[in-house]
Amino acid sequence: MSDSTAKQPEPVAPSRLRKVWESDFVYSFRHAPVAVVAASMVTLMVLSALFAPLIAPHNPFDPATLNLMNGFTPPMEPNAFTGEVFLLGTDDQGRDVFSTILYGMRISLFVGFAAVTLAMVLGVTLGLLAGYIGGWTETIIMRIADMQLTFPAILVAMLIFGIAKGITPPEYRNDMAIWVLILAIGLSDWVQFARVVRGATMVEKNREYVQAARLIGRRPVSIMVRHILPNVLNPVLVIATISLALAIIAEATLSFLGVGAPPTQPSLGTLIRIGQGFLFSGEWWILFFPACTLLVLALSVNLLGDWLRDALNPRLK
Amino acid sequence: MLAYIIRRVAQSVLVLLVVGLVAFSMFRFVGDPVDNMLGQERTQADIERLRVELGLDQPFPVQYGKFLGQAVQGNFGLSYRQGRPVADILLERAPATLELAAVSGLMAMIGGIGLGVFTAIRRRGLGANIVMTSSLVGVSLPTFLIGILLIYVFSVELNWLPSFGRGEVVRLGGWTTGFLTESGLKALILPSITLGLYQMTLIMRLVRTEMLEVLRQDYIRFARARGLRERSVNFRHALKNTMVPVITVTGLQLGSIIAFAIITETVFQWPGVGLLFINAIQFVDIPVMAAYLMLISVMFVAINLIVDLLYFAIDPRLRLDRGTGAKA
Repeated sequence: MSDSTAKQPEPVAPSRLRKVWESDFVYSFRHAPVAVVAASMVTLMVLSALFAPLIAPHNPFDPATLNLMNGFTPPMEPNAFTGEVFLLGTDDQGRDVFSTILYGMRISLFVGFAAVTLAMVLGVTLGLLAGYIGGWTETIIMRIADMQLTFPAILVAMLIFGIAKGITPPEYRNDMAIWVLILAIGLSDWVQFARVVRGATMVEKNREYVQAARLIGRRPVSIMVRHILPNVLNPVLVIATISLALAIIAEATLSFLGVGAPPTQPSLGTLIRIGQGFLFSGEWWILFFPACTLLVLALSVNLLGDWLRDALNPRLK
Repeated sequence: MLAYIIRRVAQSVLVLLVVGLVAFSMFRFVGDPVDNMLGQERTQADIERLRVELGLDQPFPVQYGKFLGQAVQGNFGLSYRQGRPVADILLERAPATLELAAVSGLMAMIGGIGLGVFTAIRRRGLGANIVMTSSLVGVSLPTFLIGILLIYVFSVELNWLPSFGRGEVVRLGGWTTGFLTESGLKALILPSITLGLYQMTLIMRLVRTEMLEVLRQDYIRFARARGLRERSVNFRHALKNTMVPVITVTGLQLGSIIAFAIITETVFQWPGVGLLFINAIQFVDIPVMAAYLMLISVMFVAINLIVDLLYFAIDPRLRLDRGTGAKA
């Protein structure tokens, strides 16, 4: 929408920053408190995940700094033996829960972003090809998409994880787990992108600017990437945001089920899996804080996606 | 109409063939079956003999054909981990999953339709707003967290309901049921809520949207003008016309309930097929994975097909243009 504002003749050229600030998109963002709160939460969490090594009071993966005597310290209470205080308590091995959450969020977010990027690149490419070329290419791509859509994404992800795990030699399985997880979630999620991009491409390819580009002899790849792609990006952005929430939840679910991030590189899901074991013995904080973090993260991204969908939808204006 | 049905059935068969190919490739390429079956002490002759015995020396399409033939008869070989026929293990586990899925599906449908109608009629009421807001949180809440939350409240704090297992089961022929004992019924409550809640919110939101759409239409206004009672207008006139999309989505959700049972079964250590599948993935037990995959695809494809055909049967308008709908 910022394009249409820019095209209008303006007496005094305002600074670029001011233009962005007053564009419809930013305006609707400033006036949606839910979106602002959600965006701040996501930013805060991404930043603290990025700078986890600087923020975390302990390094949960360095055995030298761990003291087993510190195990099961409740939040904000001094440990009975060492007298140390931990913001969110410690787990059975004396690891600071706050630090493990920061590092866990790092893995959750990394897997989420990487998986969505993979799904997006794959889906947009296949969608563009299907929509622009048509014919057999389209039939094959869309039939595969239909087929995959018959099954829930989480099931597809589990299956890909299982197969990939079978293929990798046992000694590499733990190191490869994160990458396998990204592959599994990414491959299970490309269909949405492909469907939307294909639909939009089919509309765009008959427009005059595409015909003009074709007339002056531009090659198909360049038409697809330079001309059509920028015009179908809006819905892709919305799907990507919603997919991010789904990918984070999918990652947590898989890790919780024990078919995701290994205990040596715990994500939020793995932490919840570990914490569940202490539910009955009264150490609630080991489970509670990672679960809350996951919930807030998923909810914020979801709300942001909801808002984005409305904001970028011209029909709702 | 007939052409459409034939095309749909052909498509379903194709999907199953492809899934079969995936399942078969798992056997063929993930690990070496000969390796898995022979112990440490083996000779080259043993390996050759087993390869011929298993038919691994034959060309790929022949092997695939044989695999399909066996699969149709329910023969998936022995589980690498338990050393028993996979079909037996699956049959033993199936009742637990099916009972759980049936109860949660029923709960999702009754609760979803009821709440959907309620929130549509009292759109601006406080109750409806509370339900709508909590449903938004419910959608963001991963299934396994709901399960853990329920366990914490009802098993740990209140100590009312069991947190794992099926309780006592009664054996009826080849079927084990938890419906007939008190502990079995108690054990069903938490898992079925966990499993059904997400589907319930989906159905609720759908019914609400559809109801709001229908309630705006002229025939509803006319029914009101005729002086019919509110209840009659809402349920006999409005709800009836929301049923087409609701049936479609509910039908398609039936498949996801079976799939999401994997998560619920893991949280509650429910001895069903889903837990079996997760354990199979953890231990790379290929025959079990392949069998589960085949089983669940047959179920999914059948449900999709039935829903598509049902859609067609319910809505006469679709029969004119050769049915592009029913892809929810």
